[in-house]
Amino acid sequence: MSTVATTDPATTPVEAFAQLEQNGVELMPLRKAGLARFSESGYPTVRDEDWRFTNVKPVAELPFHLVLVPLGQAIGQEQLTSKTFDQLDADRLVFVDGHFNADLSQIGNQPSGVTVTHLASSLAGLEREVGSLSGGDDNPFVALNDAFFTDGALIQIGDGQRLAKPVHLLFVTTAGEDGEAAHIRNWIDAGANAHGTIIESHLSLGKAATVTNVVTESRIGDGANIEHIKFQDLSKRAFHLASLHSELGRDARYVFHSVALGARLSRNNLRLRLAQPGIECVLNGLYMLRGQQLADHHMIVEHAAPRCDSHEYFNGILDDQSRGVFHGRILVQPGAQKTDAKQTNKNLLLCDDATANTKPQLEIYADDVKCTHGATIGAMDDDSIFYLRTRGLDAPTARRMLMHGFAGEIIERIRHDAVREELDALVWDRLEAEHQLH
Amino acid sequence: MLEIRNLQAGIEDKPILKGIDLSVNAGEVHALMGPNGSGKSTLASVLAGREGFDVTSGEVLYNGNDLLDLAPEERAREGVFLAFQYPVEIPGVNSAYFLRSAVNEVRKHRGEEELDAMNFLKAVKAKMKELGLNEDFLKRPVNAGFSGGEKKRNEILQMAMLNPKLAVLDETDSGLDIDALRIVADGVNRLKRPDNAQLIITHYQRLLDYIVPDFVHVLHDGRIIKSGDKSLALELEEKGYDWLVKEAA
Amino acid sequence: MRADTDTIDEFVASDYKYGFVTDIESESLEPGLGEETVRFISAKKKEPQWMLEWRLKALRHWEKLECPTWPHVKYPPIDFQDISYYSAPKKKGDGPKSLDEVDPKLLETYEKLGVPLHERARLAGVAVDAVFDSESIGTTFKEDLAKAGVIFCSISEAVQEHPELVRKYLGTVVPYTDNFYATLNSAVFSDGSFVYIPKGTRCPMELSTYFRINAANTGQFERTLIIAEEGSHVSYLEGCTAPMRDENQLHAAVVELIALDNAEIKYSTVQNWYPGDEEGRGGIYNFVTKRGICKTNAKISWTQVETGSAITWKYPSVILKGDNSIGEFYSVALTNNMQQADTGTKMVHLGKNTRSTIVSKGISAGRGQNSYRGLVQVGKKAANARNFSQCDSLLIGDRCGAHTFPYIEVKNPSANIEHEATTSKIGEDQIFYCNQRGLETQDAVNMIVNGFCKEVFRELPMEFAVEAQKLLDVSLEGSVG
Repeated sequence: MSTVATTDPATTPVEAFAQLEQNGVELMPLRKAGLARFSESGYPTVRDEDWRFTNVKPVAELPFHLVLVPLGQAIGQEQLTSKTFDQLDADRLVFVDGHFNADLSQIGNQPSGVTVTHLASSLAGLEREVGSLSGGDDNPFVALNDAFFTDGALIQIGDGQRLAKPVHLLFVTTAGEDGEAAHIRNWIDAGANAHGTIIESHLSLGKAATVTNVVTESRIGDGANIEHIKFQDLSKRAFHLASLHSELGRDARYVFHSVALGARLSRNNLRLRLAQPGIECVLNGLYMLRGQQLADHHMIVEHAAPRCDSHEYFNGILDDQSRGVFHGRILVQPGAQKTDAKQTNKNLLLCDDATANTKPQLEIYADDVKCTHGATIGAMDDDSIFYLRTRGLDAPTARRMLMHGFAGEIIERIRHDAVREELDALVWDRLEAEHQLH
Repeated sequence: MLEIRNLQAGIEDKPILKGIDLSVNAGEVHALMGPNGSGKSTLASVLAGREGFDVTSGEVLYNGNDLLDLAPEERAREGVFLAFQYPVEIPGVNSAYFLRSAVNEVRKHRGEEELDAMNFLKAVKAKMKELGLNEDFLKRPVNAGFSGGEKKRNEILQMAMLNPKLAVLDETDSGLDIDALRIVADGVNRLKRPDNAQLIITHYQRLLDYIVPDFVHVLHDGRIIKSGDKSLALELEEKGYDWLVKEAA
Repeated sequence: MRADTDTIDEFVASDYKYGFVTDIESESLEPGLGEETVRFISAKKKEPQWMLEWRLKALRHWEKLECPTWPHVKYPPIDFQDISYYSAPKKKGDGPKSLDEVDPKLLETYEKLGVPLHERARLAGVAVDAVFDSESIGTTFKEDLAKAGVIFCSISEAVQEHPELVRKYLGTVVPYTDNFYATLNSAVFSDGSFVYIPKGTRCPMELSTYFRINAANTGQFERTLIIAEEGSHVSYLEGCTAPMRDENQLHAAVVELIALDNAEIKYSTVQNWYPGDEEGRGGIYNFVTKRGICKTNAKISWTQVETGSAITWKYPSVILKGDNSIGEFYSVALTNNMQQADTGTKMVHLGKNTRSTIVSKGISAGRGQNSYRGLVQVGKKAANARNFSQCDSLLIGDRCGAHTFPYIEVKNPSANIEHEATTSKIGEDQIFYCNQRGLETQDAVNMIVNGFCKEVFRELPMEFAVEAQKLLDVSLEGSVG
């Protein structure tokens, strides 16, 4: 049994909302509007085009538990050691079931003009900001998050400032009962010419079918240069729903990586609006799934200003009965001339029962643009395997090496050396473990 | 070392090799020549164990054992090396990493100690220098984005590192300019020892100016129609294949 | 070169040269749709009871459906009660027994459209079925085809003469429940072509249907059914035009292709319905369902050149049911002025070793919106399925749009699916280069566009390829300022 105080599992969102107030949470207009939107829409179904291949019925059928009170001493530092990125030289914010845990967190000296803290501590001053970037989204999970978010990271990097160290946001779930949900809200504000690396990881300490519902809003200023690595390795019963809403300034550089290895079902909504000229943005993703897992990346990149580049690269390795879903839409608005947009999705199917659904879409209303997309789905290439075998590698090693290379195409785009190396090693270990399993 | 007896093989009921007999002993260099479609590359593929080729008759003995019974990687570890006519591009797989894995698999099989990263790098860099390969080569993915010449030199580098007993070079000269050809040939010659052998498959005599064979065989329509010494290659260069085909018919 | 310039001059005068109206007395049904409409059409065609019942089932199903909104096109809601569902040239007595008895005005119409039906002027080697509004007015070369055992006639005639074939196959590929417009068509289809190629027969000539909408305020709902028996082969072409009118007119056709074992059907379309004027007034709404099914080793190849219509909404598809079957889709879709097109294909791989190829070339000019929408689906049992898709868009001017919506769903790991798409514009440097060599800008554009479409034109029968190329040139008139 979990010691976490949650709402009564039988409650509806409306009742849970009332309990939120009893717990002293201020019901800002954002929360009320979120509840209203969710009450109207309910959970999405496969009849919604945006959710056609990703059935969230199992999420909708879970009891509605909110984790209302932060967990105290129940977990200690020792439970986090040996977890991914534990040794990384970074400032660390740790959130347990959606609540900030100061004891486990570690924030060093960042330059003045840089704020690294948890959102709840400064929410009062940010009422106008929070929700301003995600506002246009009709995703029911964003509405749910608006209503129920508990906490998340607040990172502000002033004009011309640089993060002294990368910031690692570690979100763990400890819940012992199915349906316990953490609604997490992150707010990232990078000023003009700001620099920094942000790592976001989502891990399970328990095995229950928990829900993490994350909304991240990021405002990246003119000329800023931000790398954001999202690593999701939740338990095989967990559900993970995330959305990223970014607004980028003139000549900004933004690289977002999504590595999805865990969860029974994970969905990443990426919404980027390039409304200033000269932006370069890369969305880079890897999903490696087995069993009944499903990972869905659903992105809309809107080019609303000239001379922006956006590149999307997503590779998936699908084993057993898993399903990989990719939906990428590049929207080039009138006037967004000299757009250079590129989108690729490659899928390796390892097993007869694995499924890949891919929808790489282009919607273009300007003529002087370079837009391409490509998608491939298939098994491993026999010629490559043969070539490796003629060099003395046995067939399983050859396959593993090819898979590693396939994953490596994505991993190698991570600029932060230590993160890249750790993820590369992790992918290799997973492939090896898999090999021993089979 | 290699004993091919009445080897018949093909793809999907289509016979390509119609009875090959060939003996290769340690210390020898054999050249296998013939027009396009005569079955040269098929023979190379069958020796290396590529899937999709059915051996319908005959046998191949390698050091007295049945070669055809072995998986491709077992053949490689036993010292059979195939330099591909079209080396395969493997995006995402780092060249150094790939080559070290291969070298260590072969060493393990031979009961030799595996090379650590340091010793491997030392060894490979020395070989690369000989082959005129730039060091950044090791950081790139296997063959991906390589020029034709680079791919062929990479094949020779792998051969040098794996140190095979029997090397089969499948049209290694195709697509090479004269300088690259010389580098590749030098590489091959340097690997020649009394305890190993080379089977050089080529369409033209050109490569044989640099790698001097002990024996030359002419393959036509799945059979060896003539064997001789290196002068046969020169004769072919002068007269083409037609006269031999007529003579054989 | 000289001839080309003449052609262009000619077209500058009237952009859409097929926009004339034939002044002929027609018998048209009052606008409106209900059971009595369906009964009227069925009675008019002297249909057997089963046919009427099938239509009525479709009507009842249709009444439950809602108009689809997912295509990437915009148009005001259609009032389906404001359309006339039947219009045909008035016949004297029982109607013409042969082409000789057809009203000379009709023959003249087709002559003007470049499709002479008259014995002496017939297109060499092409048999034509001419459909005028709701009625087939005649089919050429019938006797020659009959000698080979080929049946080529209007579908109304087929219902009378070959009911067993129609009953066996109609609705088997596109069931009456398929989608909103196909269901509507099933209820009210008027005419269309019927083709039957017997076992092992190679159809001795190209078959072709020419569709013409003439009457105002009329919808055209043709239905085409092509059956290629085992080991047979047929190449079929369709062409379409309509007069220039300020109102929009609805064209909702259904085409079903059945390729039995080892059969091959090649279906080519040159669609040039009236596209509306520069401001988007008038033009045809072209909402079409085309689908074929391939049995073992069979092949279906769709080629389309879509330059007309105010709105085009069609996805010629292939169900690759049999092992080793092949599906192909080659398309050129051009949208100029206010035209909108949402077109593409579906390749459904069910059998083993099935292969499909998709080549789509979209050209957008003016304020045209051009979308490719395609589905490649590989079923669990479809081992070794192969698909290659290439979708290229060309933009001319900065007020148009080009969109690509591919859907790829794969459930078998031995599949090999590749999709590529590019978007480009005609480069100023390309135009300048051509100008510098003495070419007019419009000629340069035409040349570049034709080059862009070459892969698709190559798939068309010769005469049509030339026609298609000319059509494209005309449709592009005024696309560069």
